[in-house]
Amino acid sequence: MLCEECGKSQATVHIERIINGRKTTMHLCRECAQRSGFLTLGVLFQPSFSINNLLSAFLGSQMEALPSLGPGTEGPRCPVCGMSYRDFARAGRLGCSRCYEVFEDRLEPLLRRIHGSDRHVGKAPAATGEGAQIRRELEELKKQLARAVSDEAYEKAAELRDRIKQFEAKLRGNPE
Amino acid sequence: MKGKKADIFQNILRNSSSPWMDGSGNLGNVAISSRVRLARNLEDVPFPHLLSGKDADLVLKKVFQTVGRVGERGFGGPIIQTSLSDISPLDCQVLVEKHLISPQHAVSKTGKGLVLRYDESVAIMVNEEDHLRLQVLRSGLELDEAWVLASGIDDLCEQGLDYAYDEQIGYLTSCPTNAGTGLRASVMVHLPALAVANEISRVLTAVNKVGLVVRGLYGEGTEGQGNVFQISNQITLGQTEKEIIENLSLVVKQVVSEEIRVRETLFKNHRIEVEDRVFRALGLLSNARKITSDEAIKLWSDLRLGAEFHMIPGLTISDVNEILVLSRPNYVQKVFETTLTAQERDIRRADLIRKHLSSKGV
Repeated sequence: MLCEECGKSQATVHIERIINGRKTTMHLCRECAQRSGFLTLGVLFQPSFSINNLLSAFLGSQMEALPSLGPGTEGPRCPVCGMSYRDFARAGRLGCSRCYEVFEDRLEPLLRRIHGSDRHVGKAPAATGEGAQIRRELEELKKQLARAVSDEAYEKAAELRDRIKQFEAKLRGNPE
Repeated sequence: MKGKKADIFQNILRNSSSPWMDGSGNLGNVAISSRVRLARNLEDVPFPHLLSGKDADLVLKKVFQTVGRVGERGFGGPIIQTSLSDISPLDCQVLVEKHLISPQHAVSKTGKGLVLRYDESVAIMVNEEDHLRLQVLRSGLELDEAWVLASGIDDLCEQGLDYAYDEQIGYLTSCPTNAGTGLRASVMVHLPALAVANEISRVLTAVNKVGLVVRGLYGEGTEGQGNVFQISNQITLGQTEKEIIENLSLVVKQVVSEEIRVRETLFKNHRIEVEDRVFRALGLLSNARKITSDEAIKLWSDLRLGAEFHMIPGLTISDVNEILVLSRPNYVQKVFETTLTAQERDIRRADLIRKHLSSKGV
């Protein structure tokens, strides 16, 4: 089997990851695995492996992939805290909440690699409006419905369908 | 902090029996405690690592004002608020040993703060890695209850603070590994039987495979101390808080049932060996004149197993858990209000444990 990254060398490193219940498999050659930080991370296979090691490995590989930037060409800086993406890669921490917006393009893939998702489905502050909360609950209900259908729990599915209808009506602004 | 509040705070520091370690709660004979932690930040304010001392003080003031308004009712009990710069370095280290603040929080103290419920079950670290780190602790496997309280306090704090939140990414945190829910849930479990049977690494590898992390009693690098392990979620984004907590609870329940299965076999086939170990630990702890914290923790694990099996009349799990606190180096110095050499500490530690056990009639 050839390496999925470079397509040239023989794949000798096989990485299986389960994130959010989804399994992904990667087949890489030694060089590409090393570049992605998987081999230097012997820790990955130890019980005490921590997400922070993984983060710095991801960031390391992301930074290496950038063409060597001279001083003054570090890309955009956050208008609130003045951080560049390079500063973040060095520190492993963002400077403020606005950084998420400024570095959105690079952070979203990073979030997907860390969490397997870049979409929040949990709690929202009440202040962000009822709409967001309803949309989120709706998504959750739809997930439950799919589960109920696949479990052949039709009574529960019918119940969920009714609730989904109610929520959709609420979103349209005319609660039943 | 002055007068009465200062006295109460000193009593909390000297108290060795935290309610969240009293052995009560679901599966309390294996699951020591549950913890739910929420990371929250203020919008458009630099995260603590970039904050100047002055701005950090402003954040602290704002959080304290809000917390004051949330008050006793919101927290479910009376609270203390203090800036860490008003606390002695020794007191800070005792807070770390009692799991009430992180080691990082105790290091440089400018602009940092702590909100603490008298009974130690709720704490907010202000200006740690994030502006707010709210934690709720409960005895046993009680993640749901911990989450309900944490989320309620979070709702009330939100009314006075502009949280950094993005519709797509969720709560924004200093490190992207916490973004989304900002939720880290963890359960501390005592697994002596799996350890004796050499099955710990098998179980822990399985736990890792489902995306959970395992750490030791006092965080990373202390794995296996006292046969205590902390199992926690790693992913904070893309799952609801309920899903994160349910997943973790399910896995913990499985680990606990494996531990109980092995305990039963051990007890059935090697009862005398188990009893011997428990009573040797009791003998040493109630007679030693000098003991290191490492030795104390090892013996603590054996003694706790005895309490879990109700082998020692009059000795509860809660009594045994106190030994964990009594054994910590800074706690020992706190009780005697003096700096001690390692050797002096070992002597005083042995004293404290001996007196504690004899006060329980064993």
